Amino acid sequence: MPWIVDRPKGYFQYVPPAFITLLLLIGQLSFGVLDSYINVVVSVCAAMLTEMILSRVLLGKWKSLSSAYISGISVGILIRSTMIWPYIITAVLSIMSKYVLRYKGKHLWNPSNFGVSWMLFMAPLDVAGLSIQWGSNFLGLAVIWVLGLVIVYRAKRFHVTITYVISFIILAYIRSLIVGDTFLAEVSPLTGPMYQLFIFFMMTDPPTSVSTRKGRIIVAILIALVEFVLRLNSFIYAPFYALFLVGPLAKFIDLKRNAKKENVMAFDSKQTYSLQT
Amino acid sequence: MNWQKRIPKIITIIIFAGLLIGTALSSVKRSFHPSGAKQKELSLKKYGFYLEPVNKETGIDFRHLCPQLDPKIRHIEPQIASMGASVSIVDYDKDGWEDIYFTNSRDGSQNALYHNLRNGKFENVAAQLGIADVNKEGTGVSMGAIWGDYDNDGYDDLFLYKWGKPELFHNVAGKGFVNVTEGSGLPAWVNANSAIWLDFNNDGLLDLFLGGYYSEKFDLSHLTTTKIMPESFRYANNGGRKYLLENMGNGKFKDVTSEYGLNSTKWTLAAASADFNGDGYPDLFIANDYNVNELYINDKGKKFTEVGRQAGIGNIPKSGMSVSFGDINNKGILGIYNTTITEKGILIQDNNYWEPEKDQTDNSYPRFVNLAQLAGINNAGWSYGAQFGDLNNDGNMDLYVANGFISAKKGTSYWYDYSKVTGGNSSIIEDANNWPDMKGKSQSGYEQNKIWLNQGNGSFEDVSDEVCPYATYDSRSVAMADLFNNGKLDIIVANQNNIPLVYKNDLENGNHWIEIDLQGTLSNADAVGAKVILEWNGMKQVQVVTGGMGFSSQNEHRLHFGIGKSTKVDHITINWPSGKQTVINNPEIDKLLIVKETNGKEEKQTVQLYK
Repeated sequence: MPWIVDRPKGYFQYVPPAFITLLLLIGQLSFGVLDSYINVVVSVCAAMLTEMILSRVLLGKWKSLSSAYISGISVGILIRSTMIWPYIITAVLSIMSKYVLRYKGKHLWNPSNFGVSWMLFMAPLDVAGLSIQWGSNFLGLAVIWVLGLVIVYRAKRFHVTITYVISFIILAYIRSLIVGDTFLAEVSPLTGPMYQLFIFFMMTDPPTSVSTRKGRIIVAILIALVEFVLRLNSFIYAPFYALFLVGPLAKFIDLKRNAKKENVMAFDSKQTYSLQT
Repeated sequence: MNWQKRIPKIITIIIFAGLLIGTALSSVKRSFHPSGAKQKELSLKKYGFYLEPVNKETGIDFRHLCPQLDPKIRHIEPQIASMGASVSIVDYDKDGWEDIYFTNSRDGSQNALYHNLRNGKFENVAAQLGIADVNKEGTGVSMGAIWGDYDNDGYDDLFLYKWGKPELFHNVAGKGFVNVTEGSGLPAWVNANSAIWLDFNNDGLLDLFLGGYYSEKFDLSHLTTTKIMPESFRYANNGGRKYLLENMGNGKFKDVTSEYGLNSTKWTLAAASADFNGDGYPDLFIANDYNVNELYINDKGKKFTEVGRQAGIGNIPKSGMSVSFGDINNKGILGIYNTTITEKGILIQDNNYWEPEKDQTDNSYPRFVNLAQLAGINNAGWSYGAQFGDLNNDGNMDLYVANGFISAKKGTSYWYDYSKVTGGNSSIIEDANNWPDMKGKSQSGYEQNKIWLNQGNGSFEDVSDEVCPYATYDSRSVAMADLFNNGKLDIIVANQNNIPLVYKNDLENGNHWIEIDLQGTLSNADAVGAKVILEWNGMKQVQVVTGGMGFSSQNEHRLHFGIGKSTKVDHITINWPSGKQTVINNPEIDKLLIVKETNGKEEKQTVQLYK
């Protein structure tokens, strides 16, 4: 898989968790982005514990907890609630979706995209999303973007991020023409932390991406297009919902097509490291 | 796959499905579905009281008009011109009956002072007393008013704060008002949404705190730039400056803001003052929009130190909309209620009720714990003003919260448009030009105000649908007062761009009460800052005399205590700002107790109110 295939084992295993931790630290130390540390701690613990239990019970082995760690942190950052239980349940749902919603031995949804989207849509009285900015200076923003782009470049997912960003900007311009708001207002969400997590972690998640470069570019454009339609219909969390709808469908089609070429697919690939959130 | 291997998978699927269904149901079962008002009889039977709107009966025909702003920001005018409806209670002529002052916010509009005619009716006397025509072109428009006897002559004077020029009106023995702003040392222009009277140095003279919201650089009706908005939704420091104005005793006020360390330029919406560290000097709580709240501890009248973060009340940036004090557990401990914004699925901030921790011995500053969720008074909506008061005289402080932001076209919402800019970088959000056109959309509109009844066990019951007719105005300012001198707390709510709601409390449960009115002599004449502790039947409730509290509001000067079925009050302890203490044993109940501060023996007078 792109993340580690041509590198020593473990080389990339700790880079994405380190990056998301760095992102969290920059956000927290610069702007105090977290309402409470406890929320992140709880969601990380819930995600890792769920991963440990399910991998042991369902797969009969202990899995690396890196991806669960990333999922936990993402949940802790991306949702907002004044109670603790939504952080636990979202993290648990995210990890469980990997084990339950599968096709040909592969999970279809990016875990935290599933958990976060479900809770935002179905539990609006208890959960809101991170739709605010992290601060007012450009330094933290620049650091996050530079680091993020370097990581996705090394992970060979730069084309996914850049395709989506270009698509978003073009569609933002078209939206501004349609709704009559300024281009800056339409492109504004891209400068917020919700999108940084979305484009550097969720969209580029290898296990839930399709297998070809061309396919991934098409999927990125499709996500941007669905998001465009959702935004025209005033969905605040449009990018999450777009990935929730497009991602699994694309993965399903990809797996089906590949199944014709490969008769046997492993239930769980030891070599695959997931940068899943 | 054999059965043994399938069982864990089936269990996992069942748990997964259960969690999906459970989380979805969690929001369905608690959705806000106002069920409409129940019959008055049902409310009286169940809760012992009913809040009857009596605008017509009282003759209060005031209507608030919102500000009109510069055409450059016309596309988001409802968003910006969303404040200004305020109410404050005063007995301006000292006849023993509470009067009501409403502010208006359009150029040329008139403020109103409703004189209590003692027969259930009120008469607007603002024009004849000289405090109606105060929104003249070029002077800005009213945002709120507070009453305080700054010259200790026995009559409460009027301080009017605006998006414009703050003004001070001297009360001439209840016969009329004279504008004494010129030469008084008040700032020339402040876009203020909050002000309170307090005596921060306990010198017996009422000082002023004035909190800017928009920067004072702007005249919102005549703008030269559109970069007037907050630079961040959570970390904005580009709001208006604060003013701490020391009363010099000669009709002049001195700006001591920097000297006292109040250098914040956060977007202040409310302030209230009480002594939280027990040193006898009033501390200052400031509720800020777009950033954290601030708690300024008064260093014996010499300086203020901001300790919000250390105290545990200034850690999480929320939209701080108002602040009011209450003692919800009858422990003799004053808590701070701070309203915020909650809109389902979009923004869940939850209102706060901070109570000082019990053991403060090791703390340099008072530390607070948030009990709002535990008490069930956290989730109200887009909240503005709030006030505590014992509505059913059962001895427990109930809570009224004003809700609703912009009620425009039904079935529309500006929240999506709003989220586009609030999620963006500062250079985008701070320029009103980037804010999407509102196009007549609502935003958190048509919300019902909350009425929470204190159960006496630390929790509250939401009785909003049951104790008054269903109403969904964009409410801003709330005040409580015994308007009819019958020992029952009535509620007055100022609604943005609309009529106010004047609720008469029909209370028929036979509960007892006592009202206390303090008159300072060594302390400031209004006794602002005095703390009163009432002990009865093993319970202890504390209230403070404030010079404005809530959102752009001021309650009646008297303190109202319900005592339930008890027929006896054991003690009343009054801690005056001067440091003196008065203890009154076994006072008469169901009466108004007027207490004058004296050097030696207590001087009190008991007044039988109209029944």
